[in-house]
Amino acid sequence: MQKIISFPHIGNYYVPIEIFLKLIFPEHIILPSPKITKRTLELGSKYSPDFVCVPFKYNLGNYIEALENGATVLIQVCGGCRYGYYAEIQEKILKDLGYQFEFIKIGWGKFNPIKIYQLFRKTGASASFPTFIRYALLTIKMIEVLDSFESYIRENIGFEKKKNSLETLHQQFLSDLRTVRGFRQLSRLQSEYKSKLKTIKIEKPSDCLKIGIVGELYSLMEPFSSFFIEKELSKQQIQVRRFITVTFLLNKLKLDKKILKSAGSYLKYAIGADGTDSVEKSQLLAKQGYDGIIHMKPFGCTPEVNAMPILQKISNDYKIPILYFSFDSQTSETGVKTRLEAFYDMLLMRKEHEKCKQLI
Amino acid sequence: MVIGLPKAMLYYRYQILWETFFHELGFETVTSGDTNQKVLEDGVRYSIDESCLPSKIFMGHVHSLIGKCDYILIPRVVNYGYCKEVCVKFNALYDIVNNTFENVNILDYNLSVTQGEKEQKGFIKMGMILGKSPLRSLHAYKKAKKAQALHDTLKVKEQERILESEKLKLLIVSHPYITYDRFIGFPITEYIQRLGAIPIYADLINKKESLKRSEEISDSLYWLYNKELIGAIQLLEDKIDGIILLTAFPCGPDSLVNELILRKSKKLPTINIIVDELQGEAGLQTRIESFLDIIQQRLDQKEKIQKRIV
Repeated sequence: MQKIISFPHIGNYYVPIEIFLKLIFPEHIILPSPKITKRTLELGSKYSPDFVCVPFKYNLGNYIEALENGATVLIQVCGGCRYGYYAEIQEKILKDLGYQFEFIKIGWGKFNPIKIYQLFRKTGASASFPTFIRYALLTIKMIEVLDSFESYIRENIGFEKKKNSLETLHQQFLSDLRTVRGFRQLSRLQSEYKSKLKTIKIEKPSDCLKIGIVGELYSLMEPFSSFFIEKELSKQQIQVRRFITVTFLLNKLKLDKKILKSAGSYLKYAIGADGTDSVEKSQLLAKQGYDGIIHMKPFGCTPEVNAMPILQKISNDYKIPILYFSFDSQTSETGVKTRLEAFYDMLLMRKEHEKCKQLI
Repeated sequence: MVIGLPKAMLYYRYQILWETFFHELGFETVTSGDTNQKVLEDGVRYSIDESCLPSKIFMGHVHSLIGKCDYILIPRVVNYGYCKEVCVKFNALYDIVNNTFENVNILDYNLSVTQGEKEQKGFIKMGMILGKSPLRSLHAYKKAKKAQALHDTLKVKEQERILESEKLKLLIVSHPYITYDRFIGFPITEYIQRLGAIPIYADLINKKESLKRSEEISDSLYWLYNKELIGAIQLLEDKIDGIILLTAFPCGPDSLVNELILRKSKKLPTINIIVDELQGEAGLQTRIESFLDIIQQRLDQKEKIQKRIV
């Protein structure tokens, strides 16, 4: 029987994930859940536990909308902190709601290629193990290409000479990426878009406002959940820097000790999930002379709450302002925008004040 | 030398272990008192708003110990082995305190079994920091471990005796640092007793057995403390009349695990109580009272039906 396989959203990563699933499940239909809207969040929060963190609600909303579209197989990955336990509760909630489906849990401690392969095999993947690995590597490579492309856009989109040229190129890139099926095609696409990026004229003043973004990974990578803060900042001609991408997370497995060491003056131990990164990266941003830092997290995210006292200390030590955002299903967009506006106005004034001081 | 023990968080799990260890090595220990309004206020002042209530209280206790001792003991706990993790709050308590308070002397040990940091190793290191030989520290640790185990089994035996009682029994499923805290859990258990029922504590059971039984409810759960608690529900299900899930706002692991319990264990009447620092007592008492009434009525009905059958 043909199955309809679906998975929740995070940023633009649905493109490589969709391709990966298409490659290993050639006989089945792959249907990413519909794009996140307000309805997604409403549906998700309606059936979620009260004070669970907000990514859980987004995921659940994604699943419900996918099931409404006829999905029969859902996929969830598990990670550290609370995220590792999402899958079991979500499956239970959806089953209690009366949906019929198969749930693939790529679970805690199962980040072992053979076990993951067996899981997919059980669901109906026909590829052999070496092909499976090849496709997995292709997907990782694709994610790397996507990340480097997007981070260039993030840092420059505020300064393009012709409005919307980067945005249109981004959309083009995403639709072209969807056609990729092999390594050679991917590297051709990469070099093609590299030269295309160079043709777009960027006018960046050397003393533009620079803001770094740190925090919990879902809020950072899913722009809907943070009310498109990055876009909002770039409209104001601000250079935005963020470190957390899937590429970073994949490399992090090797880097754990290094990260802790470089945060050494503030941390003796790792403080759980992405908290350590937030501390290390904030210190790095402060050292590199950034004008401000924005820290984002879902409400109640314990690792990030752990990081906050330490961030406050960094803010005091380096005299760098930090704006804290906590997102929930009840967060109002106007409130976020107002605080953001006040923050970059304050940074601008600070910067001009310092310039005046230097002139005297 | 005096070692300060904050009476919050893991103190309720390791009190005897810690005290015996330091006494064996010839040090004095001082415990911060019961939680009161001032401790709570201090804790709130020195915490991030979004921290959970127990961690705020913890900060208050640490604050009250500053200046009263040479060292404050704050262990860092990550896991007790594969699939035996704890909440990430315990990973960071050391660094949070270190970055919040200035000139505070912290004594710590690291417990992360999957990374080779076992409890014994941590205690020996701690002994060496205090200037005692590894052998002596090991000896003290062994003795302390035995004392803690003995204390635990005695408590379990005592509760088993209470379980024989004919009165209404309510199982309180909650972390020990909430159940026994003077400010959060104590008023609730006290009120239950005043209403003529008996509170049964989910942490006073044979932990090995409850760990095993917890897999009947969930086989992929990896928080050790929560596993022990849901195992207790399975173990005691036939001996109790109702379940109280007592959680502090916004506890991460509990937010998911309590949902699981409510959805999967439906044998007994269950109530989910969430407390925070703005708790009013009257509202809580009304809820507990009506919960007890419901249980009593259920029991009465069952009795009637049984009489009819007879």
